[in-house]
Amino acid sequence: MATFQRHRLTPWILLAPQLAVIAVFFFWPAAQAIVQAFYIEDPFGLGHEFVWFENFARIFTSFEYLRALGVTALFSVSVAVGAMSLALLLAVQADRVIHGAHSYKTLLIWPYAVAPAVAGVLWMFMFDPNLGLLSAGLENLGIGWNHRVNGGQAMLLVILASIWKQMSYNFVFFLAGLQSIPKSLLEAAAIDGAGPWRRFWTVTFPLLSPTSFFLLVMNSVYVFFETFGTIDATTGGGPGGATRTLVYKVYEDGFEGYDLGSSAAQSVILLILVGLLTLLQFRYIERKVQY
Amino acid sequence: MMRFTTSTLALGVACASVSLSAHAATEIEWWHAMGGELGDKIDEIAEEFNDSQSDYEIKPSFRGDYSETMTSAIAAFRADEAPAIVQIFEVGTATMMAAEGATYPVHELMNDHGADFDPDAYLPAVTGYYTSSDGDMLSLPFNSSTPVVYANRDILAEAGVDDVPETWEELGDVLTQVVESDAASCGMTTTWPSWIQLENFSARHDIPFASEENGFGGLDARLQINETAAVDHIQRLKDWQEDDRFRYDGRFDEAAPAFYTGRCALLMASSASLAGVRANAEDFEFSVNPLPYSSEVIDEPQNSIIGGASLWVMRGKSDEEYEGIAEFFSYLSSPEVQADWHQFSGYLPITNAAYELSQEQNFYEENPGTDVSIEQMTATEPTENSKGIRLGNMVQIRDVVEEELENIFSDEVEVQEGMDNAVERSNDLLERFQRANS
Amino acid sequence: MRYRRRGLDITSHTLLILCVIVFFLPVWMAIVAATHTQSSLYTGVAPFWFGSEGFGNFLAVLSDPVGRLGTDATRLLVNSTIMALGIAVGKITIAILAAYAIVFFRFPFRMLCFWAIFITLMLPVEVRIMPTYKVVAGLGMLNSYTGLILPLIASATATFLFRQFYLTVPPELLEAARVDGAGPWRFLRDILLPLSKTNIAALFVIMFLYGWNQYLWPLLITTESDYMTVVISLKRMLTSADNLVPWHTVTATALLAMLPPVIVIVLMQRYFVKGLVDTEK
Repeated sequence: MATFQRHRLTPWILLAPQLAVIAVFFFWPAAQAIVQAFYIEDPFGLGHEFVWFENFARIFTSFEYLRALGVTALFSVSVAVGAMSLALLLAVQADRVIHGAHSYKTLLIWPYAVAPAVAGVLWMFMFDPNLGLLSAGLENLGIGWNHRVNGGQAMLLVILASIWKQMSYNFVFFLAGLQSIPKSLLEAAAIDGAGPWRRFWTVTFPLLSPTSFFLLVMNSVYVFFETFGTIDATTGGGPGGATRTLVYKVYEDGFEGYDLGSSAAQSVILLILVGLLTLLQFRYIERKVQY
Repeated sequence: MMRFTTSTLALGVACASVSLSAHAATEIEWWHAMGGELGDKIDEIAEEFNDSQSDYEIKPSFRGDYSETMTSAIAAFRADEAPAIVQIFEVGTATMMAAEGATYPVHELMNDHGADFDPDAYLPAVTGYYTSSDGDMLSLPFNSSTPVVYANRDILAEAGVDDVPETWEELGDVLTQVVESDAASCGMTTTWPSWIQLENFSARHDIPFASEENGFGGLDARLQINETAAVDHIQRLKDWQEDDRFRYDGRFDEAAPAFYTGRCALLMASSASLAGVRANAEDFEFSVNPLPYSSEVIDEPQNSIIGGASLWVMRGKSDEEYEGIAEFFSYLSSPEVQADWHQFSGYLPITNAAYELSQEQNFYEENPGTDVSIEQMTATEPTENSKGIRLGNMVQIRDVVEEELENIFSDEVEVQEGMDNAVERSNDLLERFQRANS
Repeated sequence: MRYRRRGLDITSHTLLILCVIVFFLPVWMAIVAATHTQSSLYTGVAPFWFGSEGFGNFLAVLSDPVGRLGTDATRLLVNSTIMALGIAVGKITIAILAAYAIVFFRFPFRMLCFWAIFITLMLPVEVRIMPTYKVVAGLGMLNSYTGLILPLIASATATFLFRQFYLTVPPELLEAARVDGAGPWRFLRDILLPLSKTNIAALFVIMFLYGWNQYLWPLLITTESDYMTVVISLKRMLTSADNLVPWHTVTATALLAMLPPVIVIVLMQRYFVKGLVDTEK
């Protein structure tokens, strides 16, 4: 790569804003989190005690934390699988129709622009135990709906809202992936007598697998972090912790419980977890990063 | 030409008044969590105080809900930018109290800064929550309420019920009548389950919520709700849930609509919800009734305990500011100001004088139902079990308890097991609080 | 010859249209609820058709204080816009410069700088939320636009994407520019930036949505209603104590909160899709 030489200062001037911002708002806080994770401290910062790894030990032996881990895993897998299979199904349909693929894209893409918290509010309104259209419909079918007490239903609510928002992202990728598959390949398979079902599984699906893997990672990241808004606005982690994810717990312990040490230790654990996830992402699909 | 002169004049006057007030008044910041109409009322109170004298200026500012207000006050303290006065919800009391270097107890403040302060003027049932075990007032109660029962009289009449019973036992029969006659699909529901069905249940029956006088006696208090009649009470609600006599509807105020829409016959909720109930119960007659008690546990019920918030004074301010705060607190406690706030907001008055003044003004006769909570609070002398709850990490403890209640009501666990979990998890938090603060 | 069948086509259309409708249902319910009064909403199951208020609730939230917030939705929308634009413009600007330095210059510690920037990709603000809050509080940036914007700029997504793009720029361009006597600033302004137009547009859309839809960060640091964003106001309305959820204003505000980003994505769809798909493949 050709480069500018003999400009010693210029690159530093160019880098200065970026480095300043990450130093102050990234490295400094991250370092503080690591230090804080080894202390028990009162909320006002008047007294603290160095406790080595006690905060971590408590976290890993705490039932709530393990439960939050389980909740996060279940939530991630459900949203990723739900949003991706629905998106794939629709993308295949949109790719197949001769007219209107573009219009369908427009008609399906917009939920991606909706804030997770807003998505949560919209779905919560439909499922409001007293007023909701869907909860009333379910009640008519003999299924009582009350996500304020039923953990499974609360989980379903946040999963639905998250799928609703995330589906379009996957749809865009799958459609682009499908459209980039050479038509000659499919036509060749058709001449060989393969029906649409077989053509999909033998030709299309394998060609889509890099996209699918990439989307799997992206969807997990989405579920990990961005669904905080959905959860906080709808279930608040409840009932009984049934929708409390790891990120939600960091927030709850830190900002509602003022348990700074534990919250920081959880941040450090998350930091390691997400680091691993990102490495994995880079290992398998280079150059595809987007939070 | 004329316009020019007037505006110059106005400008001159504006400058003069700005410099005048900047010179004279000591500014006192007051962070609060009261939005909407209550927030407007706070602005009004501050303005009236500011107009009544020229030395101090109270500056109220709305900081979000209780939890957010407390969080931002703590963060501000750590950044040396704490307000002088901050409104803290009742569950934050122990945290504030333990932070001795950060908060300035009200009784000390009043004595240090020469305000005439008579602790006996206050209603013990209200101030007790914010008083040390030696009887010293730590923070000034501001908005306090207590749970009561709201009853849909139309539904009860349809079910052939004339009166709302005073005991849980009788209530059980009445609600069976309501549900079986199809007058309503649900008997009762409750807002704030931990506060009403555990904290207040324990107080009303004079049984401990936690050891060490519910935490008033020291940091080594631990929860006891898994070994008292509270367990039987939750079992009762659980049984009632089976036959629709009880409906669980969320941790906060989400249950209220079920009462407004006529789904449930009874609602247990804060006395401060009266205005809301009145506004929303358009289609039916309702009555306000005292919180029931269990005749199997106690013959004469104790007072219930309060919820709401109090005003804490932060350290690190100037003497002038503290003198101003002392004067403002005296002003706030005066019968007129208190009675006005009490009558406007529906919160309990904090002094005897304000209660008496409201009686003289015929407030309770004109507004039936408003006195139920006060009578329920003041009928008996508070005992160590009914003075209040003083537990560290109480915000989290309440979350833990609510969570375990949710697990119980969604059939995840048995009642005893759920209560044991709640106690175990809460005690872990208490232990941690004790360590961080000693 | 086509391998398509007419019957399949109709099935596909039906399926797609059905999904479009289902996806629109929550919004429809919100639009309808926003035209009702609170008491007409609370009479039973949420209505399926418009009520008596028309645009009244929208006008009311835009001009009167919303819920317990003491500020109107107009102000909230302005705040959201400032935040979203600040994040989009800020992030893109510092990213263009930093990526330029890393790709087109050779200097000591270049790789260290690259890795320092790169590592921020791994940790979204949600993970380091407590300490970041403390830092921002320490700098006195709570309740300010700078406090809202800067910490969210501190992730290097855009830098990384610009680096990927710059690496594809033919080296001959730089050689030619050098022969013409162009310095680094002129090369950036006259050649690189015009080439990056599409990428900038795409990133702008993505970052605008990212900024507009932020939740946790603004929730924590905007306790004063003057700096609150519209997305956060929803949470405040839902948690008002001793009160019914005012669904008629909540839905109106929710719709206002989703309108600007939806307009942006629909109008700039071409760039958005290109930005997503191209930069990530």
